[in-house]
Amino acid sequence: MKQRIEWRPADTLPERGEVLRLQGIPAGVDPSRRVLSIVESAEAVYLEIAEPRALVADISQEAFAAVYRGEGRNAPVTPIEAVVARADALALFVATVGARITDRIRTLFAENEPALAVMVDAVASAAADRLTHLIADRRAALADHAAGRGRLTLGYSPGYCGWHVSGQRALFACLQPEAIGVTLNASCLMDPLKSVSGVLAAGPADIHRVAPGYEFCADCKTKTCIGRVQRWPIPASAG
Amino acid sequence: MSILSDIAASLQRGEDDEVASLVRQALDDGQDAVAILHGGLIAGMGVVGEQFREREIFLPDVLLAARAMYAGLALLKPLLAKDGVPTAGTVVIGSVRGDLHDIGKNLVGIMLAGAGFDVVDLGSDVAPERFVDAACDHGASVIGLSALLTTTMPVMKDVVELVRARGLQDRIKIIVGGAAVSDAWARQIGADAYGYDAASAVERVRALARTPA
Repeated sequence: MKQRIEWRPADTLPERGEVLRLQGIPAGVDPSRRVLSIVESAEAVYLEIAEPRALVADISQEAFAAVYRGEGRNAPVTPIEAVVARADALALFVATVGARITDRIRTLFAENEPALAVMVDAVASAAADRLTHLIADRRAALADHAAGRGRLTLGYSPGYCGWHVSGQRALFACLQPEAIGVTLNASCLMDPLKSVSGVLAAGPADIHRVAPGYEFCADCKTKTCIGRVQRWPIPASAG
Repeated sequence: MSILSDIAASLQRGEDDEVASLVRQALDDGQDAVAILHGGLIAGMGVVGEQFREREIFLPDVLLAARAMYAGLALLKPLLAKDGVPTAGTVVIGSVRGDLHDIGKNLVGIMLAGAGFDVVDLGSDVAPERFVDAACDHGASVIGLSALLTTTMPVMKDVVELVRARGLQDRIKIIVGGAAVSDAWARQIGADAYGYDAASAVERVRALARTPA
C-alpha cells in the first residue's frame, strides 16, 4: 500500500557537516565565521520554504525485478541485484523537498548571491538524501529492520550503480508520484530538481557492502557506496 | 601597499562593498581601467583560484570573492567597452537540451568571468542550434556544454556535429562537463576538452582560447 509522508522542514534539516562536505569542506576543518554565517542563512531559507514529502510503497522482489528491468538499459552486472536479492524488505520511494527551493536558488544566482545560492543548493541536496533515511523511520517494515542490531536500510536510485536512469519511467509508472507533485521529463529528470527516487532495501548491513570494481564505477564521481554504510552507525557488536 | 594590491586583498576577503569603493577611488586617482582590472581584480581572483586549488580555501570563499569581483567589474566594464579593450575571450555556456541542472554550469560561468572572460550564459535546457547561433552572434571562441544525465549527454554530440556541419570547428572549440561526463566521453564525441570541475574547466578554456584558429 502506498503511503504519503510529510514532514516539517525542521525535522528534515541535514547535519551541518554533510552540508559542508558538499561544499568541499572536509570534516575536521573549521570553516570561517563568514562561511558559517552563509550556512546559517541557507538553513533559514530551507526552513522557510522547503516542503518535504514522500510517497513510498512496499514491493516484492518479483515486482521490483520488473521495475528494475525498466527499458533493458542497465549495466550487465550491477551490485543492486545482489543487494535486493539479500534484502528482507523492499520499498519504492520518491521524495522531494519541493520546487520553491529550486526557484529560490535561481533567484539568488540572478541577484548575484552565488555563495548563498550554492549553499542553499547543498542544504537542499543533503536534506533530500536525508529523506530516504527518514522514510525508513516512518515505514514499519523498513524501520523494524533498521532498528535491529546490525541491520541497515539504504536507498538505491536509477542513474547510479548501473541502474540506468531510464528506469525512472518504470518506477514512476508503478508509484505515480505525481500525487506529491513530482514529475518526470523526457530525459528522465525529476521536477522538482531536489527530489530523490529509488528502492529502499532493508537487511543485514553487510548486504550493502559493495566493492566498487564494476565497469561503471570508473566514471562515478560520487563514490559514496562504501562511505554511506560507514556513515550510518552499526552497533559495534553487530555481526 | 598600492591601491591595486588593496583591491586584490579586499577581493580575496570577499568584501564586495570595499572592492567597489577602492575601484572607484583608483579611477578617481586616474588609474587606468585595464590596470585596475588586471592588477587588482584578476590578480586577486588568481590568488583565490590558486588557494582553492591548494585547498587552503573552499567553494563559499571563492564565490564570495567572485561577488566582490563583479562589484568591481561593474564599474570597469563601461570604461573597458568604451576603450574597446579586448577581454580574455568570449565563452557561450549552458546546460544541454533536456537538462535542467545548472549549479555546475553557473559555477563555471562565475569562475570564467573571474578569469576575465565574457560569459554568455544561455541557461538550461538549451537546443544545439542555440549554442552555435549564440557563439556566432557573440563571436565566442568556446562553447561550454553541461549535462548531468546519461540521457542528455548525447545532445553534446549533436552540438559537436552541428559545429562541424557548419564548418566552424576551427573557429569554435567545445568543452564538456557534468556529473555523468568523462574525458573518454569528450574524446568519443569529438569535443575539444573536458572539464572535471569548475577550476579545471577554466584552465582548459584558457588553453582553448589560446589555440590559434
